[in-house]
Amino acid sequence: MSESPQAAPALESSLDSVTPLEGGTASVPPSTGAASGRRAPRRRASWRERFEITLLSGPAIVVFVTFVIVPVFAAVYYGFYRWKGFGPPTDFIGLHNYKVILTDPEFHRAVLHNFEIVALSLIIQGPIAILLALLLNREMKGRSIIRVLVFVPWVVSEVIAGTGLSLMLPVNGAINGLLTDMHVFGQVKIEWLGPHMALWTLMAILTWKYLGFAVILLMAGLQNIPEELYEAAAIDGASYWQMQRSITLPLLGPTIRIWAFLSIIGALQLFDLPWIVWGEFNVDRDGVSTMATYMAHYGPRTNLYGYGNAVAVVLFLISLIVALFYQRFVLRRDIAGATTDGGKR
Amino acid sequence: MTTTTTVASAPRHNRPARRISGRPAKRPLPWGSPAVYFVALVVIALTVAPVAYIVLGGFRDNSQLTVNPAGLPSPWRIGNYSHVLHTSTFWREFLNSVIAGGVTTLLVIGLGLSASYVIARYRFRGRGLMFGLFAAGLMFPITVAVTPLFILLTKMHMIDSLVGVILPQVAFGLPTTIIILVPFLQAIPMEIEEAAAVDGCGRLGFFFRMVLPLSLPGVLTTGILTFIASWNSYLLPLFVLSKTQNFTLPLGVQQFHSQYASDTASVLAFTSLSMIPALLFFTAFERRIVGGLQGAVKG
Repeated sequence: MSESPQAAPALESSLDSVTPLEGGTASVPPSTGAASGRRAPRRRASWRERFEITLLSGPAIVVFVTFVIVPVFAAVYYGFYRWKGFGPPTDFIGLHNYKVILTDPEFHRAVLHNFEIVALSLIIQGPIAILLALLLNREMKGRSIIRVLVFVPWVVSEVIAGTGLSLMLPVNGAINGLLTDMHVFGQVKIEWLGPHMALWTLMAILTWKYLGFAVILLMAGLQNIPEELYEAAAIDGASYWQMQRSITLPLLGPTIRIWAFLSIIGALQLFDLPWIVWGEFNVDRDGVSTMATYMAHYGPRTNLYGYGNAVAVVLFLISLIVALFYQRFVLRRDIAGATTDGGKR
Repeated sequence: MTTTTTVASAPRHNRPARRISGRPAKRPLPWGSPAVYFVALVVIALTVAPVAYIVLGGFRDNSQLTVNPAGLPSPWRIGNYSHVLHTSTFWREFLNSVIAGGVTTLLVIGLGLSASYVIARYRFRGRGLMFGLFAAGLMFPITVAVTPLFILLTKMHMIDSLVGVILPQVAFGLPTTIIILVPFLQAIPMEIEEAAAVDGCGRLGFFFRMVLPLSLPGVLTTGILTFIASWNSYLLPLFVLSKTQNFTLPLGVQQFHSQYASDTASVLAFTSLSMIPALLFFTAFERRIVGGLQGAVKG
């Protein structure tokens, strides 16, 4: 029982890293305390130290601010202009771009698809990933080769996976060919990429592509569950599945919630796979457009620079709101638990 | 990529008894039950099938692919592969990808490690702010920034060059790297630094002689993940690169696909050749990646 908060410190620092929104400045991992405690009393940094600090961290800060922070603020600025990308933006139109975005049915569809993908990803990938992580966590021969193979889709790039799949999925492609060859369903002619099936096909693709990643996280979480708990349960005569239900699932909770958070953010910003498998001009028709494909379609590629930036801002704000809600209502219990745990020690 | 951080940065408190990789097992593993192997086989078949289709499809010809889309090569043809390997396009794009991936990885490690060292080992006002700044970067994925980034790169005359791909990749790779490396560096005991100081080793000397070797596991994990992410990256090169001579492999795959749309077999050969380096790289270092992510190799 005293072991149960053990998983918390592991996620404590990770929470800091993925949740810089709440008190981001104070988010140096807690282990710092040990180092600082042993140090001599705080004194003013000497000139030599300041020089070293500047030398070592300067380049990273310059690159980071230039290519991450500046573009994000620039997006907000450009979003207020009608601008074709030539010369300085002069045609200030206030919130007009945003009005157009928020009233465009095509954008509404994209947002709807994003949220469908968010929900389905959680429902489909979560249980499969948990079962698979449990399976791969068992001690058995051949486990390492199984692991490498399960992670293969995660390593293969989206472009390659997308190109391969776009060749397999057409009506006369390999998938229907394989189903026909099984001589069970007769001549199979399913339109996997058509509007009726597209979303489900996309979900199958996403599950295939990103399951390995969920499994890696969950397997790491499993490492933090002390073995004694299982030994004790085994002595009490608990079966394998009883142990998983009463020990593993509750203690894996923090890891599952972190995975869900990352999965939600990833699903909101999904771009590559729909764009490559369906193509720029089919995503909307077939019902797999996302906010990011909408942004790419109406950004620099159509010379609507101001508009593209406004879409980026909307995409970012929606992700941010979802992230904040998730932290407020789901992740909070993990953070609170970790803090109390830290207080006790 | 982001996700990797969550676990890598986790300080481990419990004993590493159930470590599942990283070291050779002391005793032979038992055989699992047949049902478990059956499930594992089904999962593997599903995960590997699309990749196998791409690789095997490259050994077929177009008539084979049309007549029987799901069949095995019969006879095996190596013409597609040798054709692709003899084009300068493939090798130029391969080289571009190697340069972009290699330089990105070196810069991310160089900049990330030195910034992490400052955050982990120096005491100064603004240290928390610096960490918060980088950590906030996780909230800005490249998807959101790519449009303004395009404008910025145009102004800086970096558009349509590998530099324009490399520098933003470095910037967006830094948050994850720093968050993984800071705990590694903090874990190096103060005594070692004090001992080094007694022996007349300054902070910078300590950095190169002690910190680099001791943080090697973390550096390897972040380096491998950065390289694979760069090798696979698509959105940024798509916006930045427009001349075909600058294309990296993912853009090359797309280009080849649209150019030879009717020659499916060659497209498959091109595609499978371009994924092999990342796959080999990952397989070779899988233990290190998974081990590093699980905190099992923590120094």
